[in-house]
Amino acid sequence: MPSPRYWREIPQRYRLEANKCKKCGKIFFPPRLICCECRGQAFEKIRLSDEGKIITFTVIRVAPQQFATQTPYVVAIVETKDEVRLTTQVADCKPEDVEIGKKVRLVFRKIQEEGKTGILCYGYKAVLV
Amino acid sequence: MRDVAIIGCGMTKFGELWKKSIRDIFVEAGLKAIDDAGVENIDSMYVGSMTSGLFVEQEHISAIMADYLGIAGIPAVRIESACASGGLALRQGFIEVTSGMNDIVLVGGVEKMTDGADATYALASAADQEYEVYNGITFPGLYAMIARAHMHRYGTTRKQLALVAVKNHKNGASNPNAQFQRETTIDGVINATMVADPLTLMDCSPVSDGAACVILCPLDQAKKYTDTPVKILASCAATDNIALHQRDDVTILKAVKLSGESAFKQAGISPGDIDVAEVHDCFTIAEICAIEDLGFVAKGKGGEFTEKGETALDGKIPINTSGGLKSKGHPVGATGIAQVIEIVEQLRGNAGKRQVKNAKVGLTQNMGGSGASSVVHIFRVV
Repeated sequence: MPSPRYWREIPQRYRLEANKCKKCGKIFFPPRLICCECRGQAFEKIRLSDEGKIITFTVIRVAPQQFATQTPYVVAIVETKDEVRLTTQVADCKPEDVEIGKKVRLVFRKIQEEGKTGILCYGYKAVLV
Repeated sequence: MRDVAIIGCGMTKFGELWKKSIRDIFVEAGLKAIDDAGVENIDSMYVGSMTSGLFVEQEHISAIMADYLGIAGIPAVRIESACASGGLALRQGFIEVTSGMNDIVLVGGVEKMTDGADATYALASAADQEYEVYNGITFPGLYAMIARAHMHRYGTTRKQLALVAVKNHKNGASNPNAQFQRETTIDGVINATMVADPLTLMDCSPVSDGAACVILCPLDQAKKYTDTPVKILASCAATDNIALHQRDDVTILKAVKLSGESAFKQAGISPGDIDVAEVHDCFTIAEICAIEDLGFVAKGKGGEFTEKGETALDGKIPINTSGGLKSKGHPVGATGIAQVIEIVEQLRGNAGKRQVKNAKVGLTQNMGGSGASSVVHIFRVV
């Protein structure tokens, strides 16, 4: 069984659930309890757009153990259409095809395996469009 | 608020110290500092350490270090702020002395990184575990993303990044405590193994063991112990979003900017008054961002400034005369204190071949994670 630490992040990782401050409109991913712009504490739940663009990126050649078999892989900061940024792998591409400003779509993928038993952990990755 | 001075310094050599344990190295540095200051009693102690639990499975190191230093009984506090743990520990020691709570305070930093732990994994705990590390990013990767954005936005070149490492290795070559006492070349940096594009192994500070300690006391008592006390003119810290992606501009280290601005205000001086500085070059791009965000050079011009030699030993503002984290080594918890020791040695005129002529005012900048915490200290020789 996946750990509580894993499953409590499922709404964000599987469905890109975020929250939007009812007072100033700022969107937080992952959701927060207090708005760092206006200190508001009332939020509405929203789902982030799966469309975005690459702000910056790197190609990881040396990875920690749980990603060691995946190298080389691209990791980018992606800004979604709602102007929310997140860190994500860019999958299904050659590293040389990735550029700052390129459009991407966020898709559901396996991210890593948890613990010694290797429970599969999922989340979002970007693909070039 | 009392004025506070540094009256003694001690550090181990930085490097792969396989024959020594975490307590051996801390005690070695502590005893050197106590001896250098000539104090008989320590009232209180702070120990900076990022993650001794992950590196050597030992927590509770404030008590262990007081015990093995032979001063158990005194209050001892461990401070953690990732790679800024040492710098932040100094700020706590400063607060204790300036407030009048205690007179003689030992502040140290330590990390033992080569006992077999996965260093990439342990260091990644300074980033956002659930929203950065979970998705496969590493520390070199985070700084690589800063580097790529900086190059894209300001035209910073691959060669300019390499020149940071070349300059720091040149300085480190004459530092007997440095892990790598040898020079390198632009090609040597660019052609090294790629770690996270565009950063190679030679853009990255190494995995190191080491400890560093200083002794603080009220300035008005300092002359009892030393002829060359170094006054702490400012001790300031700041924080920023933990995740790099949550910052409006990934090329600006806001915590560095804020801690620097408050430090200059506290000291009543400006960046132009600094004679020598140690900044947190955990990666080559970090030094470029730090010198920009501290105000030594305009934003975006750090690469060009480095290429012109302005940060070299004989430049406008010598940066990382110790060799920096890059060449001296980066035992994460010890780094913030080791930076301070280099500045104290510079201001005392004891830096040997690395001596900056007429250095009177110095600055240290120590940073945690991808810049979510930063500590700046400013010093003047009395």
